[in-house]
Amino acid sequence: MTEDNTHRAAAAPPGASAPAASAPAASPVVPSGAAATARSRPSAARLRLQALSATVASVPITLFGLALVTFLIGRVVPIDPVLAIVGDRAPMEVVERTRLELGLDQPLYIQFWKYLGQIVSGDLGRSVMTSNPVTQDIARFFPATLELATVAIIVAVLVGVPLGVWAATRQGSWIDQGVRLFCLAGHSLPVFVLGLLSLLLFYATLEIAPGPGRQGVYFEGMIDERTGILTLDTLLAGDIPAFRDALWHLAQPAGVLAFFSLAYIARMTRAFMLAELKSEYVTTARAKGLSRGRIVWGHAFRNIAVPLVTVLAMTYAGLLEGAVLTETIFAWPGLGQYLTVSLLNADMNAVLGATLVVGLIYVALNLLADLLYRLLDPRVR
Amino acid sequence: MSGTTQPAGTRRDWLLSDTPASRAQARWGRRYQLWLAFRRNPLAVAGLAVVLAMLVLAIAAPLLATHDPGAQSLANRLQPPSAEHWLGTDELGRDTWSRLLYGGRVTLGMVVAVVILVAPLGLVVGCVAGYAGGLLDKVLMRVTDVFLAFPRLILALAFVAAMRPGVESAVIAIALTAWPPYARLARAETLTIRNTDYIAAVQMTGASPWRIIWKHVAPMCLPSLTVRVTLDMSSIILTAAGLGFLGLGAQPPIPEWGTMIATARRFILEQWWVPVIPGLAIFTASLAFNLLGDGLRDVLDPKQR
Repeated sequence: MTEDNTHRAAAAPPGASAPAASAPAASPVVPSGAAATARSRPSAARLRLQALSATVASVPITLFGLALVTFLIGRVVPIDPVLAIVGDRAPMEVVERTRLELGLDQPLYIQFWKYLGQIVSGDLGRSVMTSNPVTQDIARFFPATLELATVAIIVAVLVGVPLGVWAATRQGSWIDQGVRLFCLAGHSLPVFVLGLLSLLLFYATLEIAPGPGRQGVYFEGMIDERTGILTLDTLLAGDIPAFRDALWHLAQPAGVLAFFSLAYIARMTRAFMLAELKSEYVTTARAKGLSRGRIVWGHAFRNIAVPLVTVLAMTYAGLLEGAVLTETIFAWPGLGQYLTVSLLNADMNAVLGATLVVGLIYVALNLLADLLYRLLDPRVR
Repeated sequence: MSGTTQPAGTRRDWLLSDTPASRAQARWGRRYQLWLAFRRNPLAVAGLAVVLAMLVLAIAAPLLATHDPGAQSLANRLQPPSAEHWLGTDELGRDTWSRLLYGGRVTLGMVVAVVILVAPLGLVVGCVAGYAGGLLDKVLMRVTDVFLAFPRLILALAFVAAMRPGVESAVIAIALTAWPPYARLARAETLTIRNTDYIAAVQMTGASPWRIIWKHVAPMCLPSLTVRVTLDMSSIILTAAGLGFLGLGAQPPIPEWGTMIATARRFILEQWWVPVIPGLAIFTASLAFNLLGDGLRDVLDPKQR
């Protein structure tokens, strides 16, 4: 089924485990395309181009909807945006003037039109809390989240994929059952509880992990910010102790976040691999006398690599969600923490800006997953 | 043969009969066979047992609570588990066991509320979009696309920010983010059902589109929707707890599990059991729903395996 893998990418067990499940949500065109092949059989290349252009064409509409949703959320807030700026002691004429300046006296569709214009020109308003433009704040906080999510997905792939393959090659054994339970636990354990347990174990009891934050006090402010990605910055500066410190601080939150997506990756890998191992070419390979390792990694794995890539792109998008909670636990100064702190301070420009940016990244990654799938899998072409 | 007068020994035969004499017999026979298949999966049965047990505990909370969940006693704060306080006390000396029981009411209540709001909506939108096709289908699916373009927790956060933090806002926010997957699922099912012969037969008898959707399409979508809803309950629990943990769900002193962790998290290094116990409760609930949903999928939706 082509429903919503996107949405549940990391958070929940996949309802569907057939390879078809990896067709991302942003592609309602796939079934109709397939039906068209059966009926009239136009040239494959033209079909492919049609499907591709339909996918790409749907993106602007989705983005428009994205902006509409954030705009409407911003309008129903009980906080008066004028009072948030001028304060509640300002004289009446100041309040009125600000209201006019903000264009709040105009009809909603004109306001929305203006809002769209602002978004396109990269203006998300000013944060009341930091008094910086929201775009600037997001640019400052985003690299930390990017670093966290990237390391987490690398760990998740390195552990999750072999785990899934391992379970699939021993289907029904206690190893398979163990991996299955482990995956279910990964879906079921709230990421913030896992974070707290990890702090308790590695920081408080074993004392091998550093505390929350991105770097130790010694290194605070010592490194020039070039990319905003601390592990890269310290390497660029050639400061090896600082690099090790940064890596050490990264290990714990990234591990927690990785566990969160690892379960999903392992489960999907297992399902893909099982389907593949049942196919006839595997029987042939086995009859030829190839070793199990050769069959699994040399033949079957190549075929599941394509759907796996799309799963990874979607899992990566889902990590943004887990990052919000993980960053709160580990005091990690990323986009998620920016979002929650702004929320608690009712800083609506910042909240909506961050939500919109997360939505944009999400859409972009889904589109990427879709395009990769079409590009890499000859059967879809 | 009528079912009511059957002696106990042959009830099984009646249920498993290959030639049911009535609709009711066929229906009950099918249910019994599903149950037999479900029973073969011990993990799923365990999940069902835990879910039922938690429902009972939550409903019977006033009978089973040993203390008033709101009663503070600062002299007894942060106690470890003991005979007096089975699971210890929190930072205000409130009994954790009692709070956990009442918290179960809040958490499971939120789950039930979200499902009641969301499942019918998703079913109707999906069936109508799938059956009607054309422009209506395109528009409805675009709307689901937009909602699916945000990670669930983040969209829920933004919705809650626009309202007032609290249980009701959290339920509405989660519901708003949870319906599109159901709609897409129901639509996908409807698309496969729409072109079958039996629908063509019903159309020829002159049934109205609404009647066809209501009587002949929607019931066919129910099994896969049930599986999805059950699996989704665990992620509803996690989202609700996540909102509570961030201070945007249930507000203290309501003993919601995520909120309990939020207020107790600073004691993780010294009195670790205070935040860990509600964490285990969330884990257990979520795992039980996942196991149950997995088992249901094997039984109800075999093509997904």
